[in-house]
Amino acid sequence: MHLSAEHQDGRLTLRLLGEWRALELPAIRQELAALQPGAAREILVDAGGAERLDLSGAWLLREFLAQAARGGARQVSFVGEPPPQLALLERTLRGDAAGAADKPAGDEQEPSPVAAVGRTAVGQWRGVRDGLDFTGRVTMQLLRAGRSLRRLRLTSVTRHVYDTGITAIPIVSLIAFLISVIIAYMSAQQLRNFGAEVYVVDLVTIGVLRELGVLLTAIIVAGRSGSAFAAEIGAMKLNEEVDALTATGVEPIEVLVLPRILGLMIALPLLTVIADGVGLAGGALLCKALLDMPIVQYFARVDAAISSTTFWAGLVKAPVFAILIATAGTYRGLQVRGSSRELGRLTTVAVVQAIFLVILADALFAVLFMEIDF
Amino acid sequence: MRAMVEATGIVNRFGTQVVHDGLDMVAYEGEVFGIVGGSGSGKSVLLRTILGLRRPQAGVVKLEGRDITHLSWDELRAAKAGYGVTFQQGALYSSLTVLQNVQLPMVEHLRLPADALDALAMLKLRVVGLPADSGAKFPSQLSGGMIKRAALARALALDPQLLLLDEPTAGLDPISAAAFDELLMTLQRQLALTVVMITHDLDTIFRTCNRVGVIVDRRMISGSLAEIVDHPHPWIREYFHGERALRFGAADGA
Repeated sequence: MHLSAEHQDGRLTLRLLGEWRALELPAIRQELAALQPGAAREILVDAGGAERLDLSGAWLLREFLAQAARGGARQVSFVGEPPPQLALLERTLRGDAAGAADKPAGDEQEPSPVAAVGRTAVGQWRGVRDGLDFTGRVTMQLLRAGRSLRRLRLTSVTRHVYDTGITAIPIVSLIAFLISVIIAYMSAQQLRNFGAEVYVVDLVTIGVLRELGVLLTAIIVAGRSGSAFAAEIGAMKLNEEVDALTATGVEPIEVLVLPRILGLMIALPLLTVIADGVGLAGGALLCKALLDMPIVQYFARVDAAISSTTFWAGLVKAPVFAILIATAGTYRGLQVRGSSRELGRLTTVAVVQAIFLVILADALFAVLFMEIDF
Repeated sequence: MRAMVEATGIVNRFGTQVVHDGLDMVAYEGEVFGIVGGSGSGKSVLLRTILGLRRPQAGVVKLEGRDITHLSWDELRAAKAGYGVTFQQGALYSSLTVLQNVQLPMVEHLRLPADALDALAMLKLRVVGLPADSGAKFPSQLSGGMIKRAALARALALDPQLLLLDEPTAGLDPISAAAFDELLMTLQRQLALTVVMITHDLDTIFRTCNRVGVIVDRRMISGSLAEIVDHPHPWIREYFHGERALRFGAADGA
């Protein structure tokens, strides 16, 4: 119970009881809604009985009285002095025409379809321009850094080789093994129909060495390290650490972006070699289990299947993928501003873009290698 | 007088480093209690301990007479609705607008329709002196002074009787700081709040505090402002009577 009400000759006497505080608001609202102030010409409020009246409680009382006034109550009076909380409210809200019920500004108007198309187009163009701008800056910094060893920040590069490479070895190996298992199983099933099971070795070898070893490694690394790059740099942006670097005369691209690109360019080819090795070993194991092929015969077949370029056709792509992943991650990280939601959004964008770019580049490589017969 | 915050025998250690060693503190209802201490003396650690964000190695914290370390989940939730906090950097949720920041505690604790919540949150913004259009802004668009005010509005969201403020005027220019103190005092008087605040600002201490607790030698020396100003402890003497304090003429204000 927060109030008692008494109707008498068009006069409503309202006694506040108990605690009129924020946490009680829902209950008080219900009690007030049950009242019928419509008939009252005069309202007398006795706030003396309330043990406590806080700002939210006073606001609710004020709303109720305003509503009653609109409904026909001509006079509102208080027993004794009106509570000081109401005076504070009046002073605070003075000048707000429609009372406190102002909607927050900034409800954006629905844009017309034409405007939306235009806005998107301009946004896309800006995105391309900013991307080019970033690529140019990184290239400039790389050229400048190339002139002195100190600017290459070898300590930092080493850390990134460790973070993106060494710690990724277990997961990359596992995935490479599983991929060779999948290829071997699938091809063994199909080739058995033709009695050509021995070609399982060719499929596993060429598949892993040319395409899947490097591609899957790159995708895992994009997920692991692309996101880490974006999140690390993004958090530094939010914390104004990047601004602090710039203000100290240290170029953020030199200390934050280049070491990550260089580190990944070292780590990803090494990871690819490991993935290739584990993939071939997995193929050997599967051929032994599935086709009863002795290990020695497997490797003799591997030797026959590959040409001198097969291994390199995979490996040469790794540094390119590394550049794409590291650039996408660091670029998106540096774009973070304002809020933690932006950080999440741009980290997602970084990973999605890195993976997309890797697959796109891989497709281009496939066409190129076929054209030059590599 | 009822004790709103009571900490007894607090011991806080980080590894071998002892921050508090049997620290006692009481803040009574309706007073403004200032916590003062050198950098690294553990002011923020004490606040975190009071808030229950950190469990002390020893000691008891009571809020309004209840031991916060021995409450059920529901009781703790209710207790947390009973005090408002501001953090040093504001700690506004960066992905929410200012209005949504103020509303968040209300949405969590009150079942009210959206328009009532909007109006209440807007009221809190106006009470702390923010213009109505600031409600739609994001924290990254606010100035330092506005962030402090928005944080205060969020602390006031549920009309708590106890406010815990961590350096509310740090980083503000003297005029904004004075305006903030003025605002705080108005609210404190009109809403009968108990305020516990960490501050470095001598002006703020003399303008607002009834009692002061100084953390020295891993314990707290507390008393009325006049008592503390005349305390013989060398650090306290240096703090209130050193050249720095005299330059501001702060000691005369006692």
